[in-house]
Amino acid sequence: MSAASRQAAPGGDGGIGAQARLGSVIARYAVRESLRRRVLPVVGALTAAFLVFYALGAHFAFRELGELETTSPSGFVDIDDRALAGATLTGLAMFATLFLGAVLATFLTLGVVRGDSETGLLQPLLARPVARGTILVARAIAAAAIAAAYVLAVFAVSVAITHLTGDYTPDQLLTAGLQLAAAVVVITCISVLVSVFTSSTAQGITVLMLFGAGLTAGLLGQIGDALESATLIDISEWMSWMLPFEALYQDALYALTAETSGVTGFLLSLGPFGGARDTGIVLDLFALLYCAGLLGLATAAFMRRDL
Amino acid sequence: MPERVAGEGAPALSVRGLGKRYGRGNVALDGVDLTVEGGELVGLLGPNGAGKSTLTKIACGLVAPSEGGVSVNGSAAGSLSARASIGYLAELFRFPVWLTAGELLELHQQLASSPGGRREREELLELVGLAEAVHVPTGEMSKGMQQRLGIAQALVGSPQLLLLDEPTSALDPAGRRLVRELLIELRGRGIAVLLNSHLLGEVERICDSVTIIDRGRVVAAGGAHELGGAGGVEIETASGVRRVENVERSAIPGIVRELVAAGESIYAVRETGSTLEDAYLAAVAEDHGTDGAPSR
Repeated sequence: MSAASRQAAPGGDGGIGAQARLGSVIARYAVRESLRRRVLPVVGALTAAFLVFYALGAHFAFRELGELETTSPSGFVDIDDRALAGATLTGLAMFATLFLGAVLATFLTLGVVRGDSETGLLQPLLARPVARGTILVARAIAAAAIAAAYVLAVFAVSVAITHLTGDYTPDQLLTAGLQLAAAVVVITCISVLVSVFTSSTAQGITVLMLFGAGLTAGLLGQIGDALESATLIDISEWMSWMLPFEALYQDALYALTAETSGVTGFLLSLGPFGGARDTGIVLDLFALLYCAGLLGLATAAFMRRDL
Repeated sequence: MPERVAGEGAPALSVRGLGKRYGRGNVALDGVDLTVEGGELVGLLGPNGAGKSTLTKIACGLVAPSEGGVSVNGSAAGSLSARASIGYLAELFRFPVWLTAGELLELHQQLASSPGGRREREELLELVGLAEAVHVPTGEMSKGMQQRLGIAQALVGSPQLLLLDEPTSALDPAGRRLVRELLIELRGRGIAVLLNSHLLGEVERICDSVTIIDRGRVVAAGGAHELGGAGGVEIETASGVRRVENVERSAIPGIVRELVAAGESIYAVRETGSTLEDAYLAAVAEDHGTDGAPSR
């Protein structure tokens, strides 16, 4: 074995307990950073604006429900107009929430590795006895926790608004919220991986473009459903698994109307930016492995990087 | 039986046959040997791009070597035990602008598992002349203040080896003097220091030994005054200035005694001739060819 190969890999060892303690230090540092850098206040202001407009939209939508024709000319088809409007509005709110959550997750993880090393922020931390994997995972967990909490909070408020204005509540409220939060956790992990290879600006652009690609996959699936094109549906499903935040979003949409049947249920399955799909526990397990894989890849690449 | 302390007896920094290549052809370091003993203050000199910062970064685990070995207090450089015993100030560094000086030191105390608490933070800020800046965000500090805070940060946890990469580049003369005095004090406490600097006068004044590297190779090493070699001395006497060439520094008092014994009145004594700067320029020029151009 050569002397060079005997050299310790930078940041590649350490007791689990000690690294867990240091990880909590880094995570708290990351949370404080997000609070002090005014990312959250800006996102909070944007969110407040969105919720105000959403409340206005929901109010007028439900007020005008009575004027809509909700039966077929023959009068046999019964559509639950309140469920239709409520689920559609909530689905739209979920899309907006996911988008804002994706932007927040991206900003919280901006420059975590390459960006911070280029500016010289990372080196003083890495000269301390903290493993590189610890720093990476701790920052990912902190960003994911903030982004997930944010998504859950915004989703809860939008559901409350929908309930207050239209007396509508999703069928599986908790599942929908958790799947949406999981989608943002996946985006956070993607962003952390990208941060190892690209500078901050390129990282932001890459992650948001991947987010757009996921949404496009959802749209393709909807078009495939409408045209009954198996190819489009297959492409959409493959893309959704490659970028599982989209599959989680579709699963969250499904949870809105999981117990709604008949024509209303069919109409509601055509959710905005991706049809609702019930993927079940397999998706959650896959998403978990996917995130672990992303962070593992990111750590491996980070440990090989000269800073 | 007392427990054996890890790295006991080992040099603070031991560099053996160190090589670093970036990509396929860019050689940053090539067979570098260097030793820093405990309580020794070693200057690392060399032109821009010589490999000084790369060597320092390898020593603290930020860069992986291509060949050779580096150990810090007996542990492989980059390992957690090695990093637990060093303090590092990078040439290009930045601290989070939203952290105050006190919070930054507290963060590093937590990462270094230092039990020093508030008292250590206050002492370190006092040591670098920033006692009043404990609540000042780093984003509101001048570059010089940040550099002094960087030195305080490097001292968190009482490291056994300090790796300082251009620690005085942004300091005014008063700040440089403060750092010089601080480094001498640290040496007195047994802390080893590797000082990477372009300021030859500073290195000459405080370092025990000097290593000059150029294009990744050691081109000269030794005591600062040994490297400077025999120069001369100018002595102002009542009968005019007397110049004596090629005298060792140690011979100067004897020359002065002789003059006094001969009835001369001495007004001033100045060393002249070969200095560390001359030695540095000679070593680098030799490595580049006699005309000073790179000998590729």
